[in-house]
Formats: sequence, C-alpha cells, structure tokens
Amino acid sequence: MSAGGRVRAVVGVIGELFITAGLVISLFALYVLFWTGVETSSAQDALEDEFDSLQEPVPVAAADDSGESSESSESGDSAEGTPVDPSDVEAVSDPLPGSAYARMRIPRLGESWEWIVVQGVDMLDLRRGPGRYIESAHPGEIGNFAVAGHRATYGEPFAYLDRIRVGDEILVERAGVEHRYVVTDWFITTPDDVDVLAPVPSQPGVEATEAFITLTTCHPRFGSTERLIVHGVLVGEEA
Amino acid sequence: MYAWIWHQLPGPTALRALTALLLVAGVLALLLLVVFPWAITVVPGQEVSVEGT
Repeated sequence: MSAGGRVRAVVGVIGELFITAGLVISLFALYVLFWTGVETSSAQDALEDEFDSLQEPVPVAAADDSGESSESSESGDSAEGTPVDPSDVEAVSDPLPGSAYARMRIPRLGESWEWIVVQGVDMLDLRRGPGRYIESAHPGEIGNFAVAGHRATYGEPFAYLDRIRVGDEILVERAGVEHRYVVTDWFITTPDDVDVLAPVPSQPGVEATEAFITLTTCHPRFGSTERLIVHGVLVGEEA
Repeated sequence: MYAWIWHQLPGPTALRALTALLLVAGVLALLLLVVFPWAITVVPGQEVSVEGT
C-alpha cells in the first residue's frame, strides 16, 4: 500500500468512528427523551393498581363516626375507635420508598394530568413518578407536604409546572380522602434552598398551624442549575 | 473499518448480511440495556429536589 493509500485508510476509519459516535449519541438522546417516559408510564400503570388496592381509609380515621373530625384524629387518637395494630397504621402512613403513596391532580396542567406520587425522592423513586420527601408531612397534616418531580424525561410530570398560577388547585388523594390545596406562591430558587421544605414553607423556625404543600422541580426545564418551587395551602378535604 | 469488517465475514453475501444484522442488533442491545442505563446516572441535569450542601 502506498503512503497516500495508508493515509486515506486512516482518515476513512476516523471518519467512520465519528459517524458512529454521532449515531450513538443521537440514539442516547432519543433514549433519554422518550424511552425514560415509556419506563415511567409502565411504572405508573403498576402504581395505579397498587394505589387502588391501598385505598382503604386509614384505620384510625375510619374509626371515627363523623367525617368532620377525621382531620383532628390524624394525631393517632384511636382510643374512641376500634383498636388498630399500630404497625398497620405505620405501613399505610409510610410505605417503602418507591411504592404508591398518593394520587395527585393539577387541573391547570390538564384534565388528564393525574399522577401517582411515590414515597421518596431518590433517583430511583423519581423514575417511577413524582416523589414525596419522606421527612415531610402527610397530606392534610399540619406542616408541609412536599413533593419533587421531573420536569423533563421520566414522563416529565412537572414539565409545565411554570404555567401554574396563584389560586390554582392541587388535589391530593390519599387513604380515601381528597385534600384540596390552593397555590399561594411560586418562585425560582437555588438547589440548596431547603427552607422551602420547612413546616411553614420558606419560613424556617416558624411553627406551623396550617397544612401546606410544596412542589419542587428543576429549572430551567432541561437543566438543573435552579429549582422551581410551588407553595400552596390546604383549603378543604372531602372523603 | 466497516468495509474491513464486512470482508472478514464468512460465506456468501446473504449470510454476511445476516451476520452483520446480528452484530448490529448485539451492539444495540448492549447500548440500550447496559451502556445507556448507566450513562443516564452520570449525566447531570436530572436533579429536581432541594437538598442541603
């Protein structure tokens, strides 16, 4: 082979490697943008069934005669009702990370926008759907019920969360009760702003007297240099 | 490079084409089942929660 032929062969191989790299990267982009959504949607199907099978009212609340007082019985006052095995209550209250926790609807994001919130905000939990910060309050409980969710990839539950406005409803169903929150505030902050998870959102150290909700997702949508935060307050509950 | 691989494949054109398809399928499977699921865990820009530093 002549020197020129050898150079040509080497350049040819380099060219083919570049083309291959381009194809592989394109395929990876498709995988990230679409395939992750397929995985999440199949996880949501399974979670939907899991959630529906869990929807017996929490034993403590169910023991109450009047639905009105179920709010106050959240503290675990089972004396006046049927005695319940405490471990049962705990299992319903705090399922294992990654399992179905609540059903969330945000009408502003579309009539069909309905997601099963899972327990936990670890990477693997959030692949299955929006996740509840495990240390946060339960829905309807005094304090701050906080949920994180993807804004791009993995089904992108919070893709259009930036369209939410003050006064919009966030509906959270759990243990047979639908908790109705109304958005009070939304803003963009830094990734380390853990104050948004405080019992009174963004007011650390203040003791809560109401039930709040906080949603967190990334900002900008296809990056994660900041966080988009939505705060809301409980305005009603119905069984 | 691909021409060289093609020439290494044995048998008539039809058999070569079949082997080549199998090779492509194998590479795709490796990418989709092993490489990409790993790669997505190291690509930044997936964080949606707030946490202390």
